[in-house]
Amino acid sequence: MIAPLLHVTGLSKRFGGFVALNDVSLQVAPGERLGLIGPNGSGKSTLVNCMSGTLVNDRGRVQFDGRVLDGLPPHRRAYLGLARSFQLPRPFSSLSVRDNMRIPLLYTAAVRAGRQRAENEIRERTEELLRVVGLIDKADARPIDLTQVDMRKLELARAMAADPKLLIADEAMAGLSNAEVDDILGLLMRLNAQGISIILIEHIMKAVMAFSQRLVVLVSGNKIADGAPSEVIRNDHVVRAYLGQ
Amino acid sequence: MIELYANAVVSGLLLGGFYAAVTLGIAIAFGMLDVVNIAHPAFVILGSYVAYICNARFGLDPILVGLLVLPLFYYLGQAIYQISYLSFERKGSDSLRGLAFFFGLLFVTEVLLILVFGVDYRYVEAWYIGPTLRLGPIDLPLRMLVPCVLSLVLFALLQLFLSRTFTGRAIAAVSQDPTALRLLAINPVRIKRIGFGLSIATAALAGAFLIIIQPVEPSVGREYIGRIFAICVLGGMGSLPGTLIGALLLGVVESLTTTYFGPSWSPAVGFGLLLATLAFRPAGLLGR
Amino acid sequence: MTSATAVENPGRKVQAQIGTPMFAALATGVAVLFYVALALIGNEYLYFSGYVVLQFVVMATAWNILGGYCGYVNFGSAAFFAMGAYSTVCIYSIGTEYARSGVGKILGAIPPPVLVPLLIAFAGIIAGLVGLGMGYLTLRLRGVFFSIATLALSVVLQTLVVNWDFVGGSRGAYVIRPNEFPLLPGGFIAYLFVLMLLLVVVALTLARGIERSRLGFGFTAIRDDELAAEAAGVPTLRLKLIATTVSGALMGMAGASFPYYIGYLQPNSAFGLEYAVNAIAMPMVGGTQSWVGPLVGALLLGSFQQWATVTISSVLNLLIVGLVLIFFVIVAPNGIVGLVREWRRKRVLRKAVRP
Repeated sequence: MIAPLLHVTGLSKRFGGFVALNDVSLQVAPGERLGLIGPNGSGKSTLVNCMSGTLVNDRGRVQFDGRVLDGLPPHRRAYLGLARSFQLPRPFSSLSVRDNMRIPLLYTAAVRAGRQRAENEIRERTEELLRVVGLIDKADARPIDLTQVDMRKLELARAMAADPKLLIADEAMAGLSNAEVDDILGLLMRLNAQGISIILIEHIMKAVMAFSQRLVVLVSGNKIADGAPSEVIRNDHVVRAYLGQ
Repeated sequence: MIELYANAVVSGLLLGGFYAAVTLGIAIAFGMLDVVNIAHPAFVILGSYVAYICNARFGLDPILVGLLVLPLFYYLGQAIYQISYLSFERKGSDSLRGLAFFFGLLFVTEVLLILVFGVDYRYVEAWYIGPTLRLGPIDLPLRMLVPCVLSLVLFALLQLFLSRTFTGRAIAAVSQDPTALRLLAINPVRIKRIGFGLSIATAALAGAFLIIIQPVEPSVGREYIGRIFAICVLGGMGSLPGTLIGALLLGVVESLTTTYFGPSWSPAVGFGLLLATLAFRPAGLLGR
Repeated sequence: MTSATAVENPGRKVQAQIGTPMFAALATGVAVLFYVALALIGNEYLYFSGYVVLQFVVMATAWNILGGYCGYVNFGSAAFFAMGAYSTVCIYSIGTEYARSGVGKILGAIPPPVLVPLLIAFAGIIAGLVGLGMGYLTLRLRGVFFSIATLALSVVLQTLVVNWDFVGGSRGAYVIRPNEFPLLPGGFIAYLFVLMLLLVVVALTLARGIERSRLGFGFTAIRDDELAAEAAGVPTLRLKLIATTVSGALMGMAGASFPYYIGYLQPNSAFGLEYAVNAIAMPMVGGTQSWVGPLVGALLLGSFQQWATVTISSVLNLLIVGLVLIFFVIVAPNGIVGLVREWRRKRVLRKAVRP
């Protein structure tokens, strides 16, 4: 068996008296597409934040690419190849779309490559990425002028600019139309085809089912299922959690 | 010796009671509404000067004046919040401008007071300024005792309002959960406007208390910036009981410092405590 | 040789880009012209008021590196300025009080024209370290707390100085400014003016250099969204510490020669509110997004105040500065530079509509 790319063991996180994550473990293999689902408030975002370093977990361990991440700030985790997009897009609002891409290129991508790119290389790479996500026509626009779906694309493009090994896409499709969901889904599939592992956190079941090779279900901070999508959604616990019985 | 320190502790507690009243406004504005009103001390000083004018011209009791102008300060607060909301919050612009705005208010108020009244110390006259109660070896000067007791009353009333009434609870929750308020069909902006009005209204009374306790000149307010934010953070931001404990603590520490090292060191106590709290205990004394 | 290159992008204005060394050379050239013009007029008063305006250019530029670029508001500019001034008083006092013993003897032997630049450098180090320390203690918290802490810093430092007799305590301290300076027409005050002019060139070059560098993009990312910046790989804490250090150091350097300028330094003048308010008002009025803003703001507000102190009262002119600050914050959040850009953009659009 191949060593997992991401290995989370016994992760716990409390906010005051509220248990947001309780002893959660999961693995992601290199090149895998993992779907992470659960009702609102089930701890998905907390899990993402603990993995990416925005929150500090109380107990447990996150290993990535053979390294223990505990205590590393988010930017150091990014340097190792762990990228994330935010649930609500968080563009750098005073920079153009083009310059938004510049931040990960100047920082994460440069550290990962071990060298700074020259100005023309940055421009080429930016345009390449914007072409992939379909934002090239809006390269000089301000984020405030983008549509919802374009904002999501910028969010993904920025995460990709970091040349990650693993991309955590936190509800990248919430609030989008069917066509737009397919658009983003296709984009994620193409990324995955390039060898990037992807964790997709999503509410839209159709999208998750189409995308995931494996499905993990969180309910009130506990992992209640982990397996092939078709089996997981037939699981009694999962059905109960979703139908609230 | 023991008497000296016992007196220092007691006057510290009296001072702390008054500090609690000055901090009330900031505990509401900063702690509950998330409006970083660093100009609050300027409004307190404004309250002092209003009390001074009415006392000097018409011989009115300063506390009575404080009560009479409460509504004026309340609407002043509402107006300021409305300006700040329309210019910064609504546009979602960075906190930079909001901070600069309140800093400008602080500065302009101080300079205006200097222009009108000069930098001389002003004071008020009232029957309770002068006499002192003596409980054995302990001195209780009425000019300290009266503001302290009234501060505690004001404190209790606000605590009741914030925990028992619908509007009060909404004020206490507005920055935590604006969406929940919207779901209850409450307009968060209106709630914040009311809250900020209340916050500034407390400054009218706090200002009257201040000028009873000590003579006032326009720049006195600056010393209070450190004090009130130290108390607010120490008290765990927006918790009224925490604020009271923080205020009493600061009062005692300052009073002991004055007794031990001399009055020229006391301004640094509040600010020093603030720096230490921010560095080592940002969640406040009672925080986890 | 870095030549001006024009980068043309569709939908984007043609931008002339000059390299940092070229900019430094140009700025020095402008500074020299400025000095020559004053020397030709030959009025000593101009050096005195020019010095203050230049000092504010440095203060505003320094404030903007942290405030404008990173979005962290420093209310304690006066504290950093005073730190610079008092580090000079401290060294000066060692030179006079201990004139007979080791260190004092050496310090006393250094001629003032050599000593002052050394003092400026020393003040930069001290104020930079304090900036670093401040940042380290408070920058891990929400940005507001940093701002509140800087408010506190002024009062804590002022209390320390008032109670420290060696630097004059509340009475103040005398620093004797030599009258003559053989190399420049205009005497020692002209020399102080030239040093401040040099500091302006350094500050502007630094600010502009940062703006166009990787560091500058990191700062902008922090200002816009700190969480997203961190996720994109920006080491936010380290960058913020760099900003507080550089900004604090420049402010300290601006204050270092002040005791020589004023001759008699009191805590109230070193910690004056006008430094705190001007350091904020000038970038806000000029515009916080680029190095031009603080320069424009400082030149305008600084010259205005120099004019106003002799014609109207100094309190009234501070009131005006405060009102102007509030006005700009509410009405023109991007300052004069922002207004000009907006106006130009509209003109271009109009031209595009009417062929």
